[in-house]
Amino acid sequence: MDKFEKAFNDIIEKDLKVEPRDWMPEKYRKTLIRQVSQHAHSEIIGMQPEGNWLLRAPSLRSKQVLLAKIQDEAGHGLYLYSVAETLGITRQEMNAQLHSGKAKYSSIFNYPTLTWADMGAVGWLVDGAAIVNQVSLQRTSYGPYSRGMVRICKEESFHQRQGYEIMVQMAFGTPEQKEMAQDALNRFWEPALMMFGPHDADSAHSSQSMAWKIKRESNDHLRQRFIDRTVPQAEFLGLTVPDVNIKLNKETGHYDHSPFNWDEFWNVVNGNGPCNQERLDHHKKAHHDNTWVREAAAAFAAKTETIVA
Amino acid sequence: MESGDKVWEVFIQKKPGLAFKHAGSCHGYDKKMAIQNARDLYTRRGEGRALWVVPSEAIVSVPLDDSEAFFDPGVDKVYRHATFYKIPDGVDHL
Repeated sequence: MDKFEKAFNDIIEKDLKVEPRDWMPEKYRKTLIRQVSQHAHSEIIGMQPEGNWLLRAPSLRSKQVLLAKIQDEAGHGLYLYSVAETLGITRQEMNAQLHSGKAKYSSIFNYPTLTWADMGAVGWLVDGAAIVNQVSLQRTSYGPYSRGMVRICKEESFHQRQGYEIMVQMAFGTPEQKEMAQDALNRFWEPALMMFGPHDADSAHSSQSMAWKIKRESNDHLRQRFIDRTVPQAEFLGLTVPDVNIKLNKETGHYDHSPFNWDEFWNVVNGNGPCNQERLDHHKKAHHDNTWVREAAAAFAAKTETIVA
Repeated sequence: MESGDKVWEVFIQKKPGLAFKHAGSCHGYDKKMAIQNARDLYTRRGEGRALWVVPSEAIVSVPLDDSEAFFDPGVDKVYRHATFYKIPDGVDHL
């Protein structure tokens, strides 16, 4: 083992942070690029289901809030792209990998947002699940990723609270509104739980990522934490979690649940969800339609920037 | 990288009197775009009252191979620290 590898192992063992200039195993770098770019793409694609309701938000207040939330998602995507760039991949390469299908994004965004209550369910459940995952990732071993997570977590709590506020308004509104809230919960519950990824035993990248402290807690562990937090929140709303086997297990202190429909999960991961094609097509179209903006910016910079090489 | 697009390092001063702190990086084709992007990306909630953006390629750092030798002169001079000196009891304000 050379001194660089030893230095890397020391950093991991002592719970310190690996920084961009430090030596790191090639596989550590690749694993991080895959995970961080997927995370970034999820933030960016995640703007689409919410953008769907921007022009139909029921009040000026809700529209302002939704706009601010979507702007945050863009910001989170950009923080994460920056993190990946410190590992030696360019923004352009990441975009190309997204467009070719080589890079994935979270499957949750391949579900449609059909009613205003879905804006509530997305904030409450999808952002809620993301927070559980991201709080854990604040302790990841790669410094820039860890710092990005700290920043993102500060901002995400507004997202989850605004989602729950919508759920409260709907659940305690008219019978039709309550029905919409229940319907949104029914559709988003299991997909939100699957955001944590496959069971630990079936997770291809988990054990090495845990050893390198890229991931700090296992998929199943984080998923259970989310369930335990969320079920009482659903009860407060007077809504029913769409799983007849959800109940508090007095012995473990955790909620038991039914097995998940993993066929559905893999089907969506593999591109056959309700909105996979639409999400990707929209991203490609926006990228291509804006080519002229990038060209104009480059031409303007070439004419006006003298000091910067 | 796409022609003209550059990465910039972003530094934020939280309040007057405090040092600028590295916040992360952003993209921009020119200085004006870079600083506006940095504002939109890093100061959406009043995180700062002053911003610097610096082209990433302008940052100079010590090569990893050299860092031990480079910083070596700073580690063995205990007499550069105030605690090195013994002052008799009863002497104040030192």
